Amino acid sequence: MRYAYYPGCTLHSSAKEYRLSTEAIAERLGIDLAEIPDWNCCGASSAHALNHDLSLALPARNLALAEEMGLDVVAPCAACFNRLAYAQHAVVTDKATAARIGQIAGRPVTGESRVRSLLDVVVSDVGAEALAEAASNKLEGLKVAAYYGCLLVRPPKVVDFDDPEQPTSLDSVIEAVGAEAVDWSHKTECCGAGLAVGRTDIVVKLVGEILAAAKEAGADLVITACPMCQANLDTRQRAAESASSETFNLPILYFTQLIGLAMGVDPRRLSLQSHTVDGWDLLVSKKVI
Amino acid sequence: MKRIGVFLCWCGSNIGGVVDIPKVAEAAAKMPNVVYVEENKYTCSEPGQEAIKKAIKEHNLNRVVVGACSPRMHETTFRRTVESVGFNPYMLEIANLREHCSWVHAGNPEKATVKAVDLVRTAVAKVGLNAPLHRSTIPVEKRALVLGGGIAGIQAALDLADSGHDVVLVEKEPTIGGRMAQLDKTFPTLDCSACILTPKMVDLAQHPKITLYSYSEVEKVDGYVGNFDVTIRRKGRSVNEDKCTGCGICYSKCPGKAKNEFDLGLGDRKAIYVPFPQAVPNVPVIDRDVCLYYQKGICKVCEKVCPTGSIEFDKEDELITERFGAIVAATGFQQFQSEAYGEYGYGKYKDVITGLEFERLVNASGPTGGKIKRPSDGEIPKNVVFIKCVGSRDEAKGKAYCSKACCMYTAKHAILLDEKIPGSQAFVFYMDVRTAGKDYEEFYQRATEQHGAQYIRGRVARIYEKGGKLMVVGEDTLLGEKVIVEADMVVLAAAMVARPDAGNVARTLGISYNQDSFFTEAHAKLRPVETNTAGIFLAGACQGPKDIPETVAQASAAAAKAGILLSRDELETDPMTIEVNTDLCSGCLWCKPICPYGAIDAVEIEERVGREMRKRQVAQVNASLCQGCGACTVACRDGAMNLKGYTNEQILAEVEALCL
Repeated sequence: MRYAYYPGCTLHSSAKEYRLSTEAIAERLGIDLAEIPDWNCCGASSAHALNHDLSLALPARNLALAEEMGLDVVAPCAACFNRLAYAQHAVVTDKATAARIGQIAGRPVTGESRVRSLLDVVVSDVGAEALAEAASNKLEGLKVAAYYGCLLVRPPKVVDFDDPEQPTSLDSVIEAVGAEAVDWSHKTECCGAGLAVGRTDIVVKLVGEILAAAKEAGADLVITACPMCQANLDTRQRAAESASSETFNLPILYFTQLIGLAMGVDPRRLSLQSHTVDGWDLLVSKKVI
Repeated sequence: MKRIGVFLCWCGSNIGGVVDIPKVAEAAAKMPNVVYVEENKYTCSEPGQEAIKKAIKEHNLNRVVVGACSPRMHETTFRRTVESVGFNPYMLEIANLREHCSWVHAGNPEKATVKAVDLVRTAVAKVGLNAPLHRSTIPVEKRALVLGGGIAGIQAALDLADSGHDVVLVEKEPTIGGRMAQLDKTFPTLDCSACILTPKMVDLAQHPKITLYSYSEVEKVDGYVGNFDVTIRRKGRSVNEDKCTGCGICYSKCPGKAKNEFDLGLGDRKAIYVPFPQAVPNVPVIDRDVCLYYQKGICKVCEKVCPTGSIEFDKEDELITERFGAIVAATGFQQFQSEAYGEYGYGKYKDVITGLEFERLVNASGPTGGKIKRPSDGEIPKNVVFIKCVGSRDEAKGKAYCSKACCMYTAKHAILLDEKIPGSQAFVFYMDVRTAGKDYEEFYQRATEQHGAQYIRGRVARIYEKGGKLMVVGEDTLLGEKVIVEADMVVLAAAMVARPDAGNVARTLGISYNQDSFFTEAHAKLRPVETNTAGIFLAGACQGPKDIPETVAQASAAAAKAGILLSRDELETDPMTIEVNTDLCSGCLWCKPICPYGAIDAVEIEERVGREMRKRQVAQVNASLCQGCGACTVACRDGAMNLKGYTNEQILAEVEALCL
């Protein structure tokens, strides 16, 4: 299974662990990641806040490059995935838009390369059986809360993946690798996203609610498929603890890290040490490491 | 000899104020075969009509052209006028000098006058080729079929039967009563629903002129107005309706168990069961999917204990065909599938229920004996959240329309909650409150003022479970604040939607339906209970969401309209139907699939070719079904199809008059 791999900016900076853990498990799962040459930033939240055409043209250029490779795009980062999917949807829906955006991007875009999130590829193309086979029983008894956030499964018409209100894809990954997916209430509640710097108070409040819900459901740790969610739930956890006078101590992992742990990949290759809330002790105590 | 009279109408100043009528009259007098021209201020008035009659007699006219308003206004009037003096009404043509001329060209009187002359010339050319047409008649079978045994069907059937007609009511379920039987109290009077419905149900069952086919469905409808041949499937109830006394011993002993559909799955029933205690007919039915005898060949306890030997395990479905003059469709509605709103957790959280499910909990004959209890743990709820507009007024996830009755029934639920559970609190999340009927606004005010219902303007974003409670996260838009209610139960006012088989029913009947599968009325304003298919009428929620008073009114209206039809011994048919020229018809039958009314069929004719008698296929048009749309005349390659009153020759004459 070969894909045009779009890492995006964060996977080379603040979400380095996501990239390293993805690349660590890709080969074992049969995922061939062919990085798009000369890919550019997808525009993330800045572009669509400024200018609609810009927000489509930036990801569209990447789509054009992928089309030249003749491959579908896989994007681990939820925001990159969402923006690329938006662009693909716009281009496929309206020919006039496709022409205009192609002109701005400097390359013709047809939208024939599908855009998939890494989670989608793991769940749909790799599949639960292959995951279970690759996994050992190391994660038995580990209770994991699947946190989807906003961009993976919404808007349904654009991302065309899982259910926007009661999604199950990430939960199925947890179950497939032998851990226990807890049933909890805040799976798709917003973490505060880009307000992390501008309105940290809001993010701290939202993060507190999410983590409190995860804790109440009995989770040992939370997994996510989005660098922003990971950053917020992780780096603002201590602030949320102070604000709410509750202790969470919930490591926030990327789902690729969880899969890696299940497969017995060296934890150092999964970059677990980069997280703010350290999960090492917990994982040792649960005999995962 | 063609003797055409042209009557030009000023229509007050409507036409005459723009079109130079005297000029048109001058031109008309010179048109071929025109022997008489007259102007009139109001031709449709009595003196105007008298003038036409007088002119026909005095000038021996055999064709008439009236230049006036749209034929939709007065064609029928003028036809009657001329018919009254023995003139064939189809030797008359109308030139529309108003809607097609003066009204749309009011700013250009000169050109309007030129156009008026053209319009008259066209009509004169056409009428020159008119042939006298004669209406024929079809008989009317004085029997009505009512499809659906809810309050709409029951009311329509009773009214029709009381006016002296024979009625057959076909109901799909084992009992009549429909949705109304499932309700507890009805707004705005808070009458007990069963108490006002069951007397009507019994009246229907006992009415000498009504035959009730319950547990039956209509499979096929052939024929046309006055003569519908309907095939009805009487499903195998497994219990003899004539012998059964309704004693109930069979279901008290039955070991089988299934979810009770009448209680929307909130309670159980047996394999042999009666949907609710006041069922009509009070005869049980066996659910063959659950019954141990049908599934495994064992048990048969019901047969053993039945004192009258009414159990008939071997009774299969029966197909019967009967003829009816009129059909009333009253097939009702169902609730919107609220799983579509994943954020509300319907289907996931047991204590999130729909409005109809709440009715069953409140109803004394329901699964909890009328006690409002949480389905999850049977506890008495204190805080109950009601969410309105679930599935309605939502193009993205549901239906665009407003479901009409939910605002009232939610207010009712808030009142019933307060009456049944002292100390309880109702929270109603709303977008609007639409309580527009008689005594309705007062009823809603009562819910808030006398029963303490808290109305919060805003939508609910999400419901999740925490500590056994349902956390309802919403918004109070009037305060501009987020609201979280710790609820014990959530009731969704799920929209009224068409039943899943509504499209099939419509197609079987041959009536139209809209994008929401509600049956289409003939005219939204002026013909709410008729359809575009002659002889088929509509009553109740199958036509669109509505409450009980409206349903009953519509049902009586449908009965009245059907009664008009059935009060005639025969019906006149419009003579403007297709005539098939069998000399030209090649028998290709391309016309058959084109006809929207199914009026064309193949028929074998015998004709002499040389010395032989040969048989061949040609098209035949059923004049009673033919609506004169003319689509087949376009499809016909040989020009064998001609529409009487709009023949190919007449149309070509119009074109020539106008263009050449």
